[in-house]
Amino acid sequence: MKRVELIDVSKSYDKQVDVISNIDVTIEPGEFFVLVGPSGCGKSTMLRMIAGLEEITGGVLEIGGKRANHLSPDKRDLSMVFQNYALYPHLTVFQNITFGLDVKKVKKAEQTKRANEVAEMLGLSDFLKRKPRELSGGQRQRVALARAIVSEAPICLMDEPLSNLDAKLRAHMRTEIRRIQRKLGITMIYVTHDQVEAMTMGDRIMILHEGKIQQVGKPIDIYNYPANPFVATFIGSPPMNISPARMEPTKSGVFIGDTIQVSMTEQQMIAGAARPLLAGIRPEHIQPVVTGTEMGNKVQVDVTNVEILGNETVFSFQVGDREWMAKWSGQWDIAIGDQVPILLGSEYFCVFDEETGELIRKPEGLAHLSIAKEVSL
Amino acid sequence: MTTVKAPGVWQRSANLRTGFLYLLPSIVLFAVFLFYPMIRTIYLSFFLTDQNGNAAVNVGFENYSYLLTSPAFLNSMKATGLFVLYTVPIGIILSLFFALLANEKLKGIGFFRTMYSSTMGISVAASSVIWLFLFHPSVGLFNRILVAVNLPQVQWLLDPEWALFSIAVSTIWMNTGFSFLILLGGLQNIDEHLYESSRIDGAGYFYRLRRITIPMLSPTLFFIITISLINAFQTFGQIDILTKGGPSQSTNLIVYSIYREAFINYQFGTASAQAVILFIIILVVTILQFKLLEKKVHYQ
Repeated sequence: MKRVELIDVSKSYDKQVDVISNIDVTIEPGEFFVLVGPSGCGKSTMLRMIAGLEEITGGVLEIGGKRANHLSPDKRDLSMVFQNYALYPHLTVFQNITFGLDVKKVKKAEQTKRANEVAEMLGLSDFLKRKPRELSGGQRQRVALARAIVSEAPICLMDEPLSNLDAKLRAHMRTEIRRIQRKLGITMIYVTHDQVEAMTMGDRIMILHEGKIQQVGKPIDIYNYPANPFVATFIGSPPMNISPARMEPTKSGVFIGDTIQVSMTEQQMIAGAARPLLAGIRPEHIQPVVTGTEMGNKVQVDVTNVEILGNETVFSFQVGDREWMAKWSGQWDIAIGDQVPILLGSEYFCVFDEETGELIRKPEGLAHLSIAKEVSL
Repeated sequence: MTTVKAPGVWQRSANLRTGFLYLLPSIVLFAVFLFYPMIRTIYLSFFLTDQNGNAAVNVGFENYSYLLTSPAFLNSMKATGLFVLYTVPIGIILSLFFALLANEKLKGIGFFRTMYSSTMGISVAASSVIWLFLFHPSVGLFNRILVAVNLPQVQWLLDPEWALFSIAVSTIWMNTGFSFLILLGGLQNIDEHLYESSRIDGAGYFYRLRRITIPMLSPTLFFIITISLINAFQTFGQIDILTKGGPSQSTNLIVYSIYREAFINYQFGTASAQAVILFIIILVVTILQFKLLEKKVHYQ
C-alpha cells in the first residue's frame, strides 16, 4: 500500500517534442486510480514510465516516498498486467503464476501455497496444469491477474486488461477486479480508453489528452463538472451536446442561436466577457415538454435519427450546424422527421471558454438522490 | 419399387482423384528429379556397372559387404562423423550467440545484422577460395599471425592432423550466416511483453535466456539443428576446392567419396551403395532427433 507521486513528469522520444508533459499527480495508498483517454494520448506510456519500462525524461517519480526515476522495474515493488496478458505460452498456468516467485527465489512450498490461494480466489484451481493456449480469453485474463496478485506487490499496474474480452465478460471482470483490489487494499493504477470502465471502477480518474492532464477527480465530479469541452464530450455516452454561444450582456446570459438562452451570474458574465464561448448540455438533461412546463427554453426540433435502447430513447436533431442528441428514459414513439418539442433547462448548461477550455458556468440543479431522503420504508 | 444404387468406385473416388490432380505437378517433378534417381541408385547399388554406369552384373549385397569392410570407407565414415561433431554444435552455438547479440536494440544494429548474415550471400566456391588463401602455408593470414606471435607454423590443409579441423572452421564460417538469420528471425518473433513482464518480476538476463528465450526459440532451434545436421552430412563443395579429400584421405567425407567413386573411378555400383548408406544414416539421425528432441520443443 504505497503512494505513487508524479511531479512535473514529462516524456520525449527525440528530446524536442514532449509526448507527455507536466504530469503532476499523487496516487494515494490503496486507491483505485484510472488513467483514461483516447488512443495515442500517452496513457500507456505513462504507465510504462511508472513501471520502469520506459525512461522518464523529465520530472520526478516517487514511489512510497522515495525517488524512483532510475530504479529498475523489479525494485519498484509493483506488478503489472499487460493488455495481451503476456503469459508464457510454454509454461503451465501454475508455472506462469509462480514465475515471479521463482525469480525471487521463494521456497517451493511457499510458492505452491500462494499460487493455490490465488488460483482459488480467481477460480483457476481446475486449470493449473493447462497451457495458456488451452484456456479461453477470460481464463487467460484471470491468469494474468493471478500473476499480478501472487507477487503481493503493494502497487498494481494494469494496461487495458479487459479490452480483449467480450462485453459481458468485461462487465463481470470490472466488478471482479474492483472486488479484489478492495479486498487486498492494493494501490491500483489502471489504464483504459473506455470511459465506462473509468467511471465504474475508479476512486479517482485522470483524463489525458495529447499528453496533458485534462482533469483529475472523482468520476461523478468529472461527469457533473467537466473542466473543459474535451472532458465533457469524452466522458458520458452519448457525449455532451456542445455548440458555440454568444454573450448578450443586456439579457444577462448567453444564447445558442436565437432561441436557447442560458442565464449566468454577474461573475460568470465578467469571466466570459468578450470571449468566444461554448455552451453544452448533457443528453439526459434535455427533457420532453409536458403539460405544466412553464419557464425554460422550449424548442421545436426535427428528429434526424432515433435509437431505442429498451429502457431509454436516444434521438438526434440539428442545432445550428451541430447534431445534438437527447436521451429520454422510457420507450418513446418517435419517428425520423417528427417535430418534437423539447425543453432545455437553462440551469443544466455548462459554458466554456472556447480558447482556454475553461469552465465558466457550472451546471446547477443536478439531482443527487440519496436513499435516506427518497426512499420511504 | 426403386432401389438406391450404391455409388460405384468411380464416384466414391471423386475426392481422391481431385486431390491427386492438385498434387500432380509436384508428383511429376518429384518423380523425375527425386524418386526416379533414388530408385535407380538403390537398384544400381546391387550391381557392378560398366563405364557408362549401366548395370552389368548383379552382385546382391556384395557392394555393401565390401564397403563395410573397406578401411577407406570406414575412414570416410569416421571423418564424416567427426566433421558433423565439429561443425554442428559449435556452428549453432555461435550463430545463437550472434543472434542474441544482434537482437539487442542498439543504434546501428542493422549493420551488424547484415554483417553476421553476409556469409549467406557468398557461394561455397567463392568462400572456399577465400579460405584457401587464409590457409596458405606461407602467405596465408593464419600462419603470418602465428609467426608474428612466435608460434610454429601449421600446415592447415596439408597436415592430416589439421586438415579436417581447418575444413570444419571454414564450414562453420560459411554456415553461420544462414543459421544466424533463421535464429534472429525466431528471436524477433518472441513477444516483447514477455521480457517486460519478467523484468518487472526481476528476472536477470540468464534467467530470461533459460526460461523464456530458449523455450520460445525451441522450434527454430530444432529446425536449424535438423537442417545443419543434414547439411553437414552432405558437405561437398569446400572439400573439392580446399583438399580434394586429402591429405591421406583425412577429409574424404562420404559425399566426396561417392563423387570420386562414381566419376573418377567409375564404380557406380559401390558409389550407389555409399549413397544408400548415407541416406540411411541421415534418415536414422533425423528420426532419432524427432524422437528425442521434439518432445522438448514448444510449438505455439
